[in-house]
Amino acid sequence: MSARLTEPVLRVDNLGVRFDTPRGAVNAVSGVSLTVGAGEVLGLVGESGSGKSVTLRALMRLLRRNATASGRVIWRGEDLLAAPERRLREVRGREIAMIFQEPMTALNPVLTIAQQIDESLVAHRNLDERARRARAVELLDLVGIPSASVRLDNYPHEFSGGMRQRAMIAIALAAEPSLLLADEPTTALDVTIQDQILKLLLGLVADLGMAMILVTHDLGVVAETCDRVCVMYAGRVVESGPVSAVFASPRHAYTHALLRSMPSGEAARQPLTPIQGQPPRLDRPIVGCAFAPRCAFVMDACRAATPPLMLVGEGREAACLAADRLAALETVA
Amino acid sequence: MNKTGYIAARLLQIVPTFILIGLVVFVLTRLLPGDPVSAMLGDRATDEAVNRLRAQMGFDRSIWTQFLLFLERAVTGDFGSSIAYRVPVTRLIAERLPVTLTLTGLATIFALLMAVPLALVAALNANRWPDYVIRVVFQVGLSSPIFYVGLVLLTVLAAWLRIFPVGGFGETMLDHLWHLFLPAITLALSFAAVIMRNLRASLMEVLEAEFVEFARAKGLPRQIVLMRHVLRNALITTVTLVGLHIGALLGGAVITESVFAVPGVGRLMVDSIFARDYPVIQALTLVLAVIVSVVFLVTDLIQMTLDPRVTR
Repeated sequence: MSARLTEPVLRVDNLGVRFDTPRGAVNAVSGVSLTVGAGEVLGLVGESGSGKSVTLRALMRLLRRNATASGRVIWRGEDLLAAPERRLREVRGREIAMIFQEPMTALNPVLTIAQQIDESLVAHRNLDERARRARAVELLDLVGIPSASVRLDNYPHEFSGGMRQRAMIAIALAAEPSLLLADEPTTALDVTIQDQILKLLLGLVADLGMAMILVTHDLGVVAETCDRVCVMYAGRVVESGPVSAVFASPRHAYTHALLRSMPSGEAARQPLTPIQGQPPRLDRPIVGCAFAPRCAFVMDACRAATPPLMLVGEGREAACLAADRLAALETVA
Repeated sequence: MNKTGYIAARLLQIVPTFILIGLVVFVLTRLLPGDPVSAMLGDRATDEAVNRLRAQMGFDRSIWTQFLLFLERAVTGDFGSSIAYRVPVTRLIAERLPVTLTLTGLATIFALLMAVPLALVAALNANRWPDYVIRVVFQVGLSSPIFYVGLVLLTVLAAWLRIFPVGGFGETMLDHLWHLFLPAITLALSFAAVIMRNLRASLMEVLEAEFVEFARAKGLPRQIVLMRHVLRNALITTVTLVGLHIGALLGGAVITESVFAVPGVGRLMVDSIFARDYPVIQALTLVLAVIVSVVFLVTDLIQMTLDPRVTR
C-alpha cells in the first residue's frame, strides 16, 4: 500500500460539472484537480452530495444529458472531455472501467453473467466464441466465484449479494482496464462481505497492475485500502495527501471534524462528535469557504473568499485557513 | 418451474375458463328478451308449430341438460345450426374468423411498427420537441373514436383519392390484404397510441437504470445499449399490454367491421344478436374466449423469453 512514485496516468485539471435543472443551475463539482499514478489507489471521500460520484462519472463522461463538464481530464496524455464519442467508447471498459454500489441494479436482470461479460469482450477484444467463453470462466475464477463454468450461465438474481458484486467486478475487468473506478463498491454489502470485496479489489489492483479510484463515505474503508485520499466537500476537494498523514494530522477543519465523528478502533474510547448543520445547497453561489457555517475553527477571512488549495506538507494540500492551527493542535494532542 | 411445465399449466387453465365462459354465455342468451322460436316463425305462428320447433331445438328439455349438451357439442366443435342462416355454425365461423384474425394481426403489426420506433425517439428526446410532437399526434389518435377515424380515412383515402377500396373483402389473398389495409390502420392508430405511451414511460424508467449506465461504462456500441439493455427491459411490461389490447381488439372488431363492411366475426356477432341467433352468439363468444386465452398464453411466453425471472 505504498505510494508509488510514477508519472500519473490520470490527471484531472480544474474539473467542473454543472447541472441545468428547471430550478436553475447546480454546480455539483467545482475546480477539482487530482492525479492518479499507475497502480495507485486513490480514495475520494465525502458526504452524499459532496460531488464524489459525479466527479467519477465525469472522468468517463458518463453524465446525464443536463450536465456540462468543464476543465480537463488527461488520460495518458489525452483530454477525455474533448475526445469524440467514438474514442470514448474505446476508453470505456477497455482502459477505464467502472463498478457500482448496488450490483442488483447495476447488472442487467435479464442477461446471464456470461452474456454480460461476452458483450464487453465482443466490443473490446478480437476473440472467437470459444476464447471468449474461456476468458469469461477465467474472470469468474479470478474474482473468486466457485464453479465458474456453471455460475456463468446464471442470472444476477440467482447470486447472493457478495457474489453479485464479484460478478460485477468480473464484468468490469473483462477487457483488462488499467484504471478501475469504484463507486461505493461495498456500501450495499454487509460488513463481513465488505471486507472480502475490499481484499479482492486490492488483490486485483496488485496482481493486474491496475490503478483504482475508490469513492466512499466510509473513512475506515479509505484507511484500509487507499494510498492517497482526496476529501471532498460541497463539490470541491478540500484536502488531499497520503492517507496515513492526512488521517494522523488533518489540515482541513472538515477532515478534522469528519475524523472526530468516526469511531476509531485503536484510540481509547472518546465521545464521538457529530458535525452540526447541513452541507450547503449547490444551486446558489457559495461565498467563502463552504464549510464555514459548520466550522469550529472559522474566522472572518473564511467567509470573505474561497480559500485556495495550498501546500501543507510533503505531497499534501488543504484549502483551509486554519491549517496551521490544526497542525499545532494535533502535535499538542 | 421449467418452461414446458409452465406452458402445460397455462394450457390447463384454459379448460375452466372455457367452462365458465360457456356457462355465462349459455345463461345470458337464455336471459335475453325474446324467444328465438317466435323470432323464426313470426308473430302469427300456431302454438303447435312453435312447440314442434321448440322440441326440435331441445328447448323443452331441462336447462341443465341443455347446458351439458351444449358443452359436449362445443368441445367437439358442433355448435348446431344457425337459426338465421340455416347452415352449421361451425362453417359460418370458419368462413369469417380468418378475416377478423387477419385484421387484428395486421392492426397489431402496424401498431407495433408505429409505436416502437416512435417511443424510442420520444424517450431519447424526452421533454424536447420530437417528444412533444409524437405525444400530441398520438394523443389525438388515442382520443378519437375508432368509427370517426375510420370514416375520415374512408372519405379521404377511399372516396376522394380512391387509393383504397371503400369496403368489402376482395377475392385473392393480396386483394384481402388490400381491403383490410384501411380498417387495420384505423384500429392500429389508437392501439399504437396506447403502446407508445406505455413504452415511452417504461423506456424512460429503464434509461435511468444503473445497468444502462454500466452498459455504457463498458464501452458498448450505442445500438447494443439501446436494443439489448434498454428496449428489451422496457418491452417486458409493454408485452402484457399488447396482449391485453389484442384481446380488446378482437372484441372491438364489431365497430370496425361495421364501418368498413368487412365480413368478419364482428359483423356476424352484431347480426346474430339482432336475429337472436343463439347458437351463433354462443359459439362466437366461446371461440373468441379461447382465442383470447391463447393470445394471453403467447403473451406470457414472449414475456418469459424476455424476462428469465418469470419462471426461474
